Amino acid sequence: MEEYPLDDLLITGTEINYLFICPTKLWYFAKGITMEQESEWVDLGKFLHERRYGNEEKEVQIGRVKIDFIRKGEIIEVHEVKKGKSMEKAHEMQALYYLYYLKRLGIEAKAVLHYPQLNETKEITLDGREREVEEAIQEVVRIKSLPAPPKPVKSKKCRKCAYYELCWV
Amino acid sequence: MRKRSKTILSDGTLFRRENTLYFQNAKMKKPKPLVVEGIYDIYIYGHVNITSQALHYLAQKGIAVHFFNHHGYYDGSFYPREKLHSGDLVIRQVEHYLNREKRLQLARLFVKGSALNMEKNLKRWKVADGFSGLLEELFRELEMAKKITEIMNVEARIRSEYYSRWDEHLPEDFKIVKRTRRPPENEMNALISFLNSRLYATIVSELYNTQLVPTVSYLHEPGERRFSLALDLSEIFKPIIADRIANRLVKQGTIRKEHFRGELNGVLLTKEGMRKVVEAYNDEMRKSVRHPNLKTNVTKQRLIRLEAYKLMRHFVGVGRYDPLVAWF
Ligand code: SF4
Repeated sequence: MEEYPLDDLLITGTEINYLFICPTKLWYFAKGITMEQESEWVDLGKFLHERRYGNEEKEVQIGRVKIDFIRKGEIIEVHEVKKGKSMEKAHEMQALYYLYYLKRLGIEAKAVLHYPQLNETKEITLDGREREVEEAIQEVVRIKSLPAPPKPVKSKKCRKCAYYELCWV
Repeated sequence: MRKRSKTILSDGTLFRRENTLYFQNAKMKKPKPLVVEGIYDIYIYGHVNITSQALHYLAQKGIAVHFFNHHGYYDGSFYPREKLHSGDLVIRQVEHYLNREKRLQLARLFVKGSALNMEKNLKRWKVADGFSGLLEELFRELEMAKKITEIMNVEARIRSEYYSRWDEHLPEDFKIVKRTRRPPENEMNALISFLNSRLYATIVSELYNTQLVPTVSYLHEPGERRFSLALDLSEIFKPIIADRIANRLVKQGTIRKEHFRGELNGVLLTKEGMRKVVEAYNDEMRKSVRHPNLKTNVTKQRLIRLEAYKLMRHFVGVGRYDPLVAWF
């Protein structure tokens, strides 16, 4: 089991999430150029901290996002409630990223995404997807190290994006 | 609820009781509660006592408070807790100051944008008389300028050409004649100065809501005023916000001689005059225009924020800053 905090924890779940939404957004966010209304998911570091220091809290509420951490023996379930599926890939990769890290810390876990509006849930396990996560991490590192943000590309996502004005004014 | 700016013109006390902010002046029987959730920022012109609890509360809510003296001049701001700055952006902002070429480039762009907005006004007022030709010449000088002082010099000449033309269009009682400041010696100067002060404070508020460091500036020397970047940006907005409002107020007779009083050290707006000007200013800032790039309607006030975003983009190196030239 590795010691917490891991160096790679410099990457946050949100960054992994943004990678699959838009690299420009990721770059701005990673440089601390934020536009309010961020912070999905719980910070993994915070979770681990709480866990380490024996916080048995089963539910963490951050903004409108509710996360349950339920211990079942050694299997931990990370539950996430999501509004819609339009960012499904981003949510999934973020979940995988957490599972990947928990695993490296010697904690076995699985994630469940809830889509109450669609009356659906989706279970996510790491099984064999480590490569995918590692590639994503490398890509985040690469984008963060760029001297300037990747040129924005206009897409449907832009309209709802908090960076819309910054990119397109 | 859309957040709004709150202006306090009367004397009184601002205090907090439980989780409510109250204002009380001598005329009120009961203190008036202010809904903080609906307040974007506060502008104080009267003699107002503020309790430290009230300030704590305002800081918590991220509400900036701007203070003006009884001339209507900007005194300073309560700028709650510097929001999280982006280390990366700060470095780039400073780099654009330290690198002489980069600084000159930005300084020129501020002057250029300002001049083009003046030109736009003169055309609207139909007194453009040779101004455009003159600008061409002065812009050439601007390009060649190698020092900030030279740029400032060009700026001053553009401005005086602008004022002399604008003057032709103003009613006899409201000639600018010679633009004077601190203290203004005539009505129009007092009016323009009052509006410029208010605009400056608005820009400070907008900068507060970005990651830009408001103290690092390019055309103006940092330290000239605490928030010198707001001075740079106000070059762009003075003609199209402050000057236009001033012009309209006197042309339409909303502001008349009686709204001024002479004082030992100059001409000042009366309380009633200030009230009218502030009202016109707030109305103007809430007006929206269609933004050609964003394809949405944005308020005049939002244009300031957008200008800040354009600067941020310039600093991080996606495209060059292109100052706003009014299309409206
Ligand atoms: S506005 Fe579009 S291009 Fe810009 S960060 Fe958002 S999604 Fe990316």
